[in-house]
Amino acid sequence: MRSAILTEVLRQPERIRGLPAADWDVLIRQARHANMLGRLHARLATAGQTPEIPEDAARHLIAGAHLAARLHHSVRNEVIQIKAALDAANVPLVLLKGAAYVAATLPASEGRIFSDIDILVPRSALGTVEGRLMQHGWITPPISAYDQHYYRQWMHELPPMQHIFRGTALDVHHAILPPTARYHPDPRSLLAERVEVPGLPGVFTLSPADMVLHAATHLFHEGEADNALRDLSDLDLLLRHWGAGQPETFWSGLLARARQQQLTHQLWLAVHFVRRIFDCPVPPAAMQSLASFEPGTMHRKVLTVLYDRIFLPQHASCRQAGASVARTTLYVRGHWLRMPAHLLAAHLLRKAFAPSRIASPQADHH
Amino acid sequence: MKLGDLSQQEYLHRLAGEGLRLRTGPFVVRIRSDIDAVRQGLRLLYEHNPLAADDGFADFHVAVRHGGVLRRWFRPQVRFEVDGVEPFLPLPANQALPMLEWGMNWCITAYGHHQLVLHAAAVARGEHALILPAPPGSGKSTLCAALVNRGWRLLSDELTLIDLASGTVHGLARPVNLKNDSIGIIKRFAPAAVFSAPATDTAKGTVALMKAPTASVDQATAGTLPKWIVLPRYTPGTSARLKTMPSGAAFLAIADNAMNYHVLGRKGFEAVGRLIDRCSRHSFEYSELDEAVACLDLLASGGVIG
Repeated sequence: MRSAILTEVLRQPERIRGLPAADWDVLIRQARHANMLGRLHARLATAGQTPEIPEDAARHLIAGAHLAARLHHSVRNEVIQIKAALDAANVPLVLLKGAAYVAATLPASEGRIFSDIDILVPRSALGTVEGRLMQHGWITPPISAYDQHYYRQWMHELPPMQHIFRGTALDVHHAILPPTARYHPDPRSLLAERVEVPGLPGVFTLSPADMVLHAATHLFHEGEADNALRDLSDLDLLLRHWGAGQPETFWSGLLARARQQQLTHQLWLAVHFVRRIFDCPVPPAAMQSLASFEPGTMHRKVLTVLYDRIFLPQHASCRQAGASVARTTLYVRGHWLRMPAHLLAAHLLRKAFAPSRIASPQADHH
Repeated sequence: MKLGDLSQQEYLHRLAGEGLRLRTGPFVVRIRSDIDAVRQGLRLLYEHNPLAADDGFADFHVAVRHGGVLRRWFRPQVRFEVDGVEPFLPLPANQALPMLEWGMNWCITAYGHHQLVLHAAAVARGEHALILPAPPGSGKSTLCAALVNRGWRLLSDELTLIDLASGTVHGLARPVNLKNDSIGIIKRFAPAAVFSAPATDTAKGTVALMKAPTASVDQATAGTLPKWIVLPRYTPGTSARLKTMPSGAAFLAIADNAMNYHVLGRKGFEAVGRLIDRCSRHSFEYSELDEAVACLDLLASGGVIG
């Protein structure tokens, strides 16, 4: 299968040396549609390739970097505001995903754009937290009665909240998978293992292993094709970052945690695809342990065919046979893994007849 | 090669097929269209613009197309597309050409965050730029059209692009978008100016595009440093009068009209600060165009301002 130029350059930044203008043209468009202009800019800068970027392409990458820098600035401000609300509820602030990467200045934050902040709170504190957040200006924009019920009854998060003045979006999670899912990672254990962000007292992220497992769980369960390549790149950067210091300790800890949290399938998928798409280095011992989580041959082949189509920038230059079938299949699979069949059938039927919203040109929902 | 150098057949072939790679100032836009008004309008308005290489880099890939089979006959509509995304709802077919112009402006404001983008007109004398920031309806496009028909060089009538590092203005030298009464006023003021066919009943009333002077197109990429900021206000019955503006008020006026000030954050703040420091700043009331042009000519020649 021919891989996308964006993927090739992320994997091997030095490929841009002497890259023809026509390829730059495609590269910039793929990066824009994958919400990765800023990420590509950061990757090229880290690899010392900035001087090799032609001026006309550079300005689009710089524009992406400016957008990401601005977003990170407002995320850091927002974190302070959310902390004030949670302090009042006597609940620690545990950041997930993009906001966590930004607060902890991890390489996975570089050039990353996202539209909402995700936090994890104990389920028992959900009511208090929601109340305090409302007092601090976060409201739940009106949603249909069905969606309201769907979130409250079946989901692992509250309906998305939005700040009444600043417009910033906040997702309050009480678990990383819905209670109906086939896998049951324990949210209390995630909270117990939280790590305080250096320099930000009272602000926490998940532990390194849990951050990886959550990123993998999110990517392979929520079936959101537009940002799939960006999310896989996050995983690549997280694994490279923590695998760089003491790889044996990190990887054995990660594998043990995956077993304990019933997320070995997700970890296998993550490692399979970060190696396949980004050549992420994984120690041989870890690969040996991972082999026992490998799905059966047929299952593996099907997943590879499907995800190879998803891990392409969602742009016309890499549209290929089966892409939309793959998207639909993975959307259904994501739901299949998180709710029993009778609920799934009712939910998909309902969604099939509900009008879908028109995506904005730079839509980025997670 | 310039657009006007293409044979009509080759021109139409490109527009219908692989696209016309038009250079306007710093940007290359690849344009495709199957609509007559766009075919005629582009050829008329952009004949002096250079074309970029077919296998080169294009900043934006845009298309203006008919809105579907039924819509071709029944209340025909047009759609604007950039890189396969449609940022706007379709418009009535007679607005195809203005829609292309608005669409290209949208591309610059949505994606052009490498630079400071001001909602302002800019014209130049030699190496120095005069920036005319103003909310819609202040008469900036009319004044801009008048100035470029009296020896000033057109940089842009709608979006002024300021380089963050050097502070220079990147000229676009695209057609000037005139509305309603301004169209007749400029036609009388400059009978030689070239206009597209007017589009009626747009959200802004009747719209016509005035072709950029050839010399402005030829020098679009020449380095131009801002020297004057003038906030125009059309006030019927007044005589043209420039008044010095305090720097704080000028800063707010510029920041208010900076379309990506919020995106650029500190860089935007610093860029606006440097722009203010570099320029003399004035508010400007006028009613008669001849008098207004004379007043700004005096400013450019270093004359005394009251």
